[in-house]
Amino acid sequence: MPYTSYILVNFAKQKHRTTFSLMKKFILDLVVRENIELNRNYFLLKLTTNDGAPLPEMLPGQFAEIRIDNSQSVFLRRPISINYVDKISNELWLLVQKVGNGTNKLSQIKAGELLNLVLPLGSSFTIPSDNDKKLLLIGGGVGTAPMLYLGSRLKELGFEVTFLLGARTKNDLLQLNQFEMFGKVFTTTEDGSHGEKGYVTQHSVLKEKIFDQIYTCGPKPMMKAVASYAYKNDIECEVSLENTMACGIGVCLCCVEKTTEGHVCVCKDGPVMNIKKLLWQN
Amino acid sequence: MAELNVEIGTLKLKNPVMTASGTFGYGYEFSDFIDLNKLGGFIVKGTTLNPREGNPYPRMAEVPMGMLNAVGLQNKGIKYFSENIYPKVKDFDTNVIVNVSGSTIEDYVETACKCSLLDNINAIELNISCPNVKEGGMAFGTSPASAAKVVKAVRAAYKKTLIVKLSPNVTDITEIAKAVEGEGADSVSLINTLLGMAVNAEKRTPILSTVTGGMSGAAVKPIALRMVWQVFNSVKIPVIGLGGIMNAIDAVEFLLCGASAVQIGTANFIDPSITIKIIDGINDYLERQGCSSVKEIIGSLKA
Repeated sequence: MPYTSYILVNFAKQKHRTTFSLMKKFILDLVVRENIELNRNYFLLKLTTNDGAPLPEMLPGQFAEIRIDNSQSVFLRRPISINYVDKISNELWLLVQKVGNGTNKLSQIKAGELLNLVLPLGSSFTIPSDNDKKLLLIGGGVGTAPMLYLGSRLKELGFEVTFLLGARTKNDLLQLNQFEMFGKVFTTTEDGSHGEKGYVTQHSVLKEKIFDQIYTCGPKPMMKAVASYAYKNDIECEVSLENTMACGIGVCLCCVEKTTEGHVCVCKDGPVMNIKKLLWQN
Repeated sequence: MAELNVEIGTLKLKNPVMTASGTFGYGYEFSDFIDLNKLGGFIVKGTTLNPREGNPYPRMAEVPMGMLNAVGLQNKGIKYFSENIYPKVKDFDTNVIVNVSGSTIEDYVETACKCSLLDNINAIELNISCPNVKEGGMAFGTSPASAAKVVKAVRAAYKKTLIVKLSPNVTDITEIAKAVEGEGADSVSLINTLLGMAVNAEKRTPILSTVTGGMSGAAVKPIALRMVWQVFNSVKIPVIGLGGIMNAIDAVEFLLCGASAVQIGTANFIDPSITIKIIDGINDYLERQGCSSVKEIIGSLKA
C-alpha cells in the first residue's frame, strides 16, 4: 500500500475508534431529499441538512430517534438504525420497514419536508485493528440496514467484506446493488426465490469458509442462531439488538437486555453488543 | 424578563422548572442538549439502599398520548450514587435532588441519612408512590397512616428539604397530602404514574412483563391538574406539580392550579431540550400577561 494511503486508512481507523459514548448528540431538523418506496413494506429516506452544513459524524451500528409529527396514535420517537452515510452528497439514509402506526406515518413524508432526529445514538460495531481479518456481515429482513453502512466503512478501511443477507422472499431482499459495491454478497430466502433456500445460518458459505469476525442484525431468533454458530466455532461476534425503547439516551431504562453485567440499556450500551456479554448461550 | 425564582421551603429555585425522577437519568445524559445550570433543579433516578435489578423486559408500552413503564426502580444503590455519580453532579449550579425509595421504613431512613451526608444535595424527594415494585413503594403512599409513618421516621433523621412524592392511585389524595404535611414534610410533589395496563390482543398477552405498569405522558395531565388543585386547596406547604407537561402552557396550567414549581418527565424523551423551551415559554407567558414575577400566578386560577 502506498505510504499516503496507509496514513489515510490509519487516520480513518483512529477516527472510527472515537469512543461512541463521548460523541456529541444532536437534535436536528433534516430535510427529506427523497422518500423512495422500495416495495409495499419498505421505504428508503434520504436526508440532508437544510443549510448545507455537514452531517455530524455517525458510526456504523448507531441509530437515530425520529419524531413522528401529526399523529394521533404515535407519542414516542421511533428508533431507526443508520443505513448509510454518503459523505459526498451529505446524505443520511434510513431504511424503514412499515410495521405499525409510527413507521406507516413516516412513510408518508414527502421530499422537501423536515424530519426531526436525535442522533447519533448508541454503540457502534467494533472494527478489528488488523485488516487481514475475514469479516462476515449477516443481515435478516430490515436488519440488513446497518450492514450497508458497516460494509462501506470496512471496505474503505481495506477489509475484504462478505455479506450474507436473508429474507422471506426475493422481494424482501433490499439494496442488493449497493451491497455489491462493498463486498461479496450471498443470499438466502425462505421460499428459495433468490439465493439458497432456507435461513442464513443454513447457507453453504458458513461451511466452506472460515471467518474471524461476524456482525449481525435481524430478528432475534436469527441473531440467536448466528450467535450459537459463533459460540460453537469460537468466532468473535457482535449483534445489534432492537428492544422496544422510549428515550434512546439511557435514562428511562425501558429497553434493557439482561447481560453478564445485569440489565443494560440497549439504547446506550447497545444496540451493538458482543455475544460474550449476552446470556444467549443456553 | 419576568422574575422566575421560587422557593420550596428553604430551597431556592432560579425558576420553577425541574425534571421528574426516572426521566432524566443523572442529568448529565442531557448535557449535549441543554445547559443543566439553567434548570430550577433536577431529580435523579429513584435510589434505594441496595442495588436493584428492576423488572424483566419488556418494561414499556406506548399508549395513546402516553406510555406505560414497569422499570421497577432499577438502580445501583445509594453507595454507588454517593461514590460515583455525586462527584459528577455536585458542581452544577442547580438543585440536585435525590429521589429516595425503599422496601421498609428502615431502608428509607438509612438512604435519607446517606443523602444528608452529601453537601450539595439540599433536598430529597421521598418516593412513596412507585407502582412498579412488589414491596414498599406505593404501599406506603396509599394510606394516610402508612404515609405518615414513613415521613415521620425520615423527618426525624433528615434535616434538609423533604419533598414527598404522592401517588394518584388513591381514593382521596388530599388525605395523604395532609398526613405527610402533619409529619413535617416541606413539600409534596404529584402525581407519580397512574397504574395502567396494555394488552396485545393477537397474542392474548399483556405487553409488560409485570402485566401492570405506571402511565405517564400527555394523557395524564387532566388528572394531575385536578389533583394538584385539590391538594393546593388542602395543605399549606408548597406543591410541586407534574404529570403530562409537554410545553410551557401545560406548565403554566399547573402553576395556576397552585403548583409552586413543576417537574417535566416523559416530555424529555420526545424533546431532550424541552425544559429550556418551557422556562423560556413561562417567561413569555408572564410578559404577555403583564406579570413581573411567576409568584403572581401561582394558585391564581379564577375558579
